[in-house]
Amino acid sequence: MSQQRPVLELENVSVAYDSDKGPVQAVNRVNLTLYPEEIVGLVGESGSGKSTLAYAIMRLLKGSAYLAEGTIRVMGQNVYNLSKKELRQFRWSQMAMVFQSAMSALNPVMTVEEQIIDTLRTHRRDMSLSQARKRAEELLNLVSIDLKHLRSFPHQLSGGMRQRVVIAIAIALDPAFVIMDEPTTALDVVVQRSILDQIQEIQRYVHFAILFISHDFSLVAELASRVAIMYAGRLVEVTNSGRLQLLENHHPYTEGLLRAIPKLTADEVTIEGIPGYPPDLVDLPTGCAFHPRCPRVFADCMTDRPELYQIEDGLVECHLFKGAKEVHYV
Amino acid sequence: MRYFLNRLGFLLISIWAAITLNFILPRMMPGNPAEIIFAKFQGHMQPQALKALKLQFGFSHQPLIIQYFQYLGNILTGHFGLSYTYYPTTVASIIANSLPWTVGAVGLATLISILVGTFVGILIAWRRDGVLDRTIPIITMFFQSIPYNWSAFMLLFVFGFTLNWLPMYHGYSSSVNPGFNGPFLSSVLYHGVLPVVTIFISGVSGWIVGMRNNMINTLGEDYVVFAEAKGISGRRLMFSYAARNALLPQVTGLAIALSSIVSGSILMEQVFSYPGIGFQLNTAVSNEDYPMIQGMFLIIALSVLIANFIVDMLYVRLDPRVRTGGASS
Repeated sequence: MSQQRPVLELENVSVAYDSDKGPVQAVNRVNLTLYPEEIVGLVGESGSGKSTLAYAIMRLLKGSAYLAEGTIRVMGQNVYNLSKKELRQFRWSQMAMVFQSAMSALNPVMTVEEQIIDTLRTHRRDMSLSQARKRAEELLNLVSIDLKHLRSFPHQLSGGMRQRVVIAIAIALDPAFVIMDEPTTALDVVVQRSILDQIQEIQRYVHFAILFISHDFSLVAELASRVAIMYAGRLVEVTNSGRLQLLENHHPYTEGLLRAIPKLTADEVTIEGIPGYPPDLVDLPTGCAFHPRCPRVFADCMTDRPELYQIEDGLVECHLFKGAKEVHYV
Repeated sequence: MRYFLNRLGFLLISIWAAITLNFILPRMMPGNPAEIIFAKFQGHMQPQALKALKLQFGFSHQPLIIQYFQYLGNILTGHFGLSYTYYPTTVASIIANSLPWTVGAVGLATLISILVGTFVGILIAWRRDGVLDRTIPIITMFFQSIPYNWSAFMLLFVFGFTLNWLPMYHGYSSSVNPGFNGPFLSSVLYHGVLPVVTIFISGVSGWIVGMRNNMINTLGEDYVVFAEAKGISGRRLMFSYAARNALLPQVTGLAIALSSIVSGSILMEQVFSYPGIGFQLNTAVSNEDYPMIQGMFLIIALSVLIANFIVDMLYVRLDPRVRTGGASS
């Protein structure tokens, strides 16, 4: 792992929503570090807290959601110590985000060019209109969209093209890292593939780190160098993506996810699901939150919360690994 | 351009249909005005007089199709016939005299309601749950729920009769000369205050609440959150991203509001004896003044169609998604 200064540091980050039944812990003491130019995948079921974590990093939590504890630092700067004005400047120039909903992230009544220029000129007030235009052209070239679409409105573009435009807007100010929240979920597999190739290609030219959120395990394993697996608001495992080829030495939840990937090369296509449903975040199971669905559950799992153990170069939060080196965050 | 021609063609066809219906409907009704007058005299009138009346009213026994083309010709040259009430004044001149009053007063009131309502709606949605957001919709809704002829009476009673601040009737003072001169214009404005205020308070709440709700929906849209994330702030986010999109459903309401400018003010004009279309229509109906009723209906139908045409054109300017066959292939 790189010894460079990290672009993103999450320390004991918890996010809660206020509800009638008391606070709901959507993200529970998450620790994660991203280094420059690294792609880290964040995988989990729907409702596991992936997007909430992304919004917390961007300091875009809305409604009753709030950062309950922990610190979030981007480029060494605590995001929650910035004033509103500083935050507006900081966000997008240092960290950007590609939203889940490519279809609706663009303003329907503004042209593609206007929306890109808007982004540029809000942050760089000294930038002239012609400079901004030139940059907009560069960006569209970078995401392989014909320049004639500068004058197009979002509804005139296909879903894939809209997502490319959103990516272009995200990298417009050369941020150090970009969160991509399921950027390909709404697209068909062919377009999905071309967008992923595009992301990797752009990342080779423009160097930025990516936190890639997805529920598609195979896709993340291929794209990212490290993968973090989230369950019920906790990171249950962080592993080198190479190790995901093997079914050993993983959290039982990760193993379940790995078994759920259909293997096209196998003679017989067998897919195993994980029995049960994700837990209710208001009323989490005692001990390890995964124990009601875990095939290898034993007595301790129901009563004690597992420690985090170092397994090879990854981290696993599971009682099965008792005896391995424990990792403690402050 | 194609869209424009398309809409224009639609407008012309609708106008033709409205004119034709206006021709057919009265001819399908039983009886005729001459017989009604004849009946009023309860046998004290000679049958020859009935014939004379019929001639005077221009009854024709020519085939319908010929009558129809004569009628079309008359409409196109602005001949709507003679009013019975103000005989021998032409219906066209009565309409020409009363239409500006209605369009002026009701049009102005509608315009102010839309502008103020939309702007206030944007503001209170932007500061949702603020003091203004909690009070303004309730207060304006209270006024809107009062039947507006009643609030017109109350305004008249308080400001006209009791306080004597504002005139109680008519469009201008009888002591000034109608024409383009200062005293006349200020008298018109002075007389217009109560009618305009009446329509304003009865209508503004709809615009405020409508815009507020559209705006709140739009503020939750992904493109607004995305714009906020990318650093767009304050006024630009509020107007160019949120309000600009929230405005679109309001434009549909605008079509309805514009078309009811001509037709929707009968009560108000009655209360204030305002010399507009609504007042004349009421007079025409109570005097069974058929040519005038027919002429008024035609004007109302035309105003609805033209208002819709204007709004269609406006919508194209505002929403790129309506522009078909645009620049992109």
